[in-house]
Amino acid sequence: MDREITFGDAVIEALQEEMRRDPSVYLAGECIQVSYDRSPLLEEFGPERVRDTPISETAIIASSLGAAVTGMRPVAHIMFTDFLCCCMDEIVNQVAKIRYMFGGKANPHLVIRVQSAGGGRSAAAQHAQSLESWFIHVPGLRVVFPSTPYDAKGLMKTAIRSDDPVMFFEHNQLRRIKGLVPEEEYTIPLGDADLKREGKDVTVFAYGYLLHAALSAAESLKKEGVDVEVIDPRTLSPLDKDAIFKSVKKTGRLVTVEEGAKTGGVGAEISALVADEVFDYIDAPIKRVAALNTPLPMSPPLEKFVLPNESKIIEAVKTIV
Amino acid sequence: MDKEIMTGMYRNMCKIRRFEEKVSELFAAGRIPGFVHVYIGEEAVAVGACSALMKNDYITSTHRGHGHCIAKGGDLKSMMAELFGRRTGYCKGKGGSMHIADIDLGILGANGIVAAGIPIAVGAALSAKLRGSDQVALSFFGDGASNRSTFHEGINLAAVWKLPVIFLCENNLYAQTTPAWAETAVEDIADRAVAYSIPGKIVDGNDVVAVYETVEEAVKRAREGGGPTLIECKTYRWRGHWEGDPQRYRDQGEVEEWMKKCPIQRFAIHLMKKGIHTEEELKEIDDAVKNEVDEAIQFAEKSPLPDPEEALEDIYASTGRQVT
Repeated sequence: MDREITFGDAVIEALQEEMRRDPSVYLAGECIQVSYDRSPLLEEFGPERVRDTPISETAIIASSLGAAVTGMRPVAHIMFTDFLCCCMDEIVNQVAKIRYMFGGKANPHLVIRVQSAGGGRSAAAQHAQSLESWFIHVPGLRVVFPSTPYDAKGLMKTAIRSDDPVMFFEHNQLRRIKGLVPEEEYTIPLGDADLKREGKDVTVFAYGYLLHAALSAAESLKKEGVDVEVIDPRTLSPLDKDAIFKSVKKTGRLVTVEEGAKTGGVGAEISALVADEVFDYIDAPIKRVAALNTPLPMSPPLEKFVLPNESKIIEAVKTIV
Repeated sequence: MDKEIMTGMYRNMCKIRRFEEKVSELFAAGRIPGFVHVYIGEEAVAVGACSALMKNDYITSTHRGHGHCIAKGGDLKSMMAELFGRRTGYCKGKGGSMHIADIDLGILGANGIVAAGIPIAVGAALSAKLRGSDQVALSFFGDGASNRSTFHEGINLAAVWKLPVIFLCENNLYAQTTPAWAETAVEDIADRAVAYSIPGKIVDGNDVVAVYETVEEAVKRAREGGGPTLIECKTYRWRGHWEGDPQRYRDQGEVEEWMKKCPIQRFAIHLMKKGIHTEEELKEIDDAVKNEVDEAIQFAEKSPLPDPEEALEDIYASTGRQVT
């Protein structure tokens, strides 16, 4: 039976089910007890498994790693994407590398749950970034960026069960969106893209909050006779290249959409892969819709100018069809 | 103290010394690739500390980690083969000197990033507590590491959560090339324990018995739920920061003064004075250890190098090999 629940509640359900299933799962992060005090988690599992930490991102990640390689499955909470910068050594040099450096003998099974990713609410340059492209550059990490309640729940469950470290990004604008989620148990494998809308004229690659902008753009373009296919990778590492290539082979056109700055972004990687591996199928230049290369400004007209949105996606599609 | 423990401590100190002497020679001869930092002069710290731990307790180590690994029971052959970059090494040749680990022995790894092991040990201690085990974790780090944020965040977290962890600072008076007085405002790193409301102890790090006794007390406190302890061992590294270090930052006379305080010699005299071992017996122990080190070198040299494609393995659990 499907019910309509919010993205935020879908993630809580995933955590609750996995904590019931496996006593080695625990949560740690800044001020999480307050954020969970109206959820069933704190009450059901208590402060030993829903752990408030000091404001110590470094210690949150490193202690989660130490706990993981000695048998636990921590879900380490980082409040904003921007705060990942406070624990980059732990993520990049320790978590991502420990299995490899130790010749495969360590299992860093932790989830790094980024509770607030992305912009759109005038949070300015240190509380609104989209840095997921940094982490797909680091071998050893898995990067998940869901767009719907259904995907968020199924992917969080898989992330917790995965023996690899998973960065799990939750866009701040998605928390209250609703969607159908089954009551029954399900999981979604990492590396399995989802075709969110079928079309034949152009492929739009989009994830997270902007997946919804891409779908709206597709509806608008339909009225103008352009049939847009929207593919949601759901996980950026592993990346479902086959699904992207299959779509591009069908449409011959590609627009990538992401919220991070354009230079060195996710779209750059997707464009390069397509140009490298399915070049013969491409009938038009690949277009990248991304943020302008600026820090994020606070004032609404400035932020709106910098961030991608539905009309910028429409504009990009129109230049190649 | 039990005679067996003392004999074991002497053997392990000799093992570290002989292992490191050979590593230094082999590195100078160009037979070991990469970066190597040897532990000569600090043997009493690793051996005293690890002798007070149980086999299933955890340690985190540093870039100067060979001594910690040997003291916790690490296998010389697997270690030497790793230094040689061989497939039979602890990390199949992927880690080298700065990343040796043996999770089964509780050795959660040497670490190439200064002070990174401190909060990792805190996590291992949390894990023990959550699992209801009585294991403790001990983190080795240097005086230089005590100036990094991980020192503060890790110890503070362990203190507020009252975790079973021992923070063991090896103060060897130099952070790479910078003398302690120029990098740290306090004379004693142990003074910093006050900031976390935990005990801070200072020990002569060249006295293996004193190190053992101090760590034993901290371990007991940790196992009983009393929380962490910060222990500072005053010691000295005889070699440069790295093998090949021209050591322009210190006087050879200072090195020679510390060599007179050799922790192994000192323990040997203690054992003879107490009538625990004769000079001949101690020599036999040392000779046996030298043979063991030679066997480890032969093992490493005869071991195959990895196939280049093995670089693609062990990145992820899910597939074994790299996928994009």
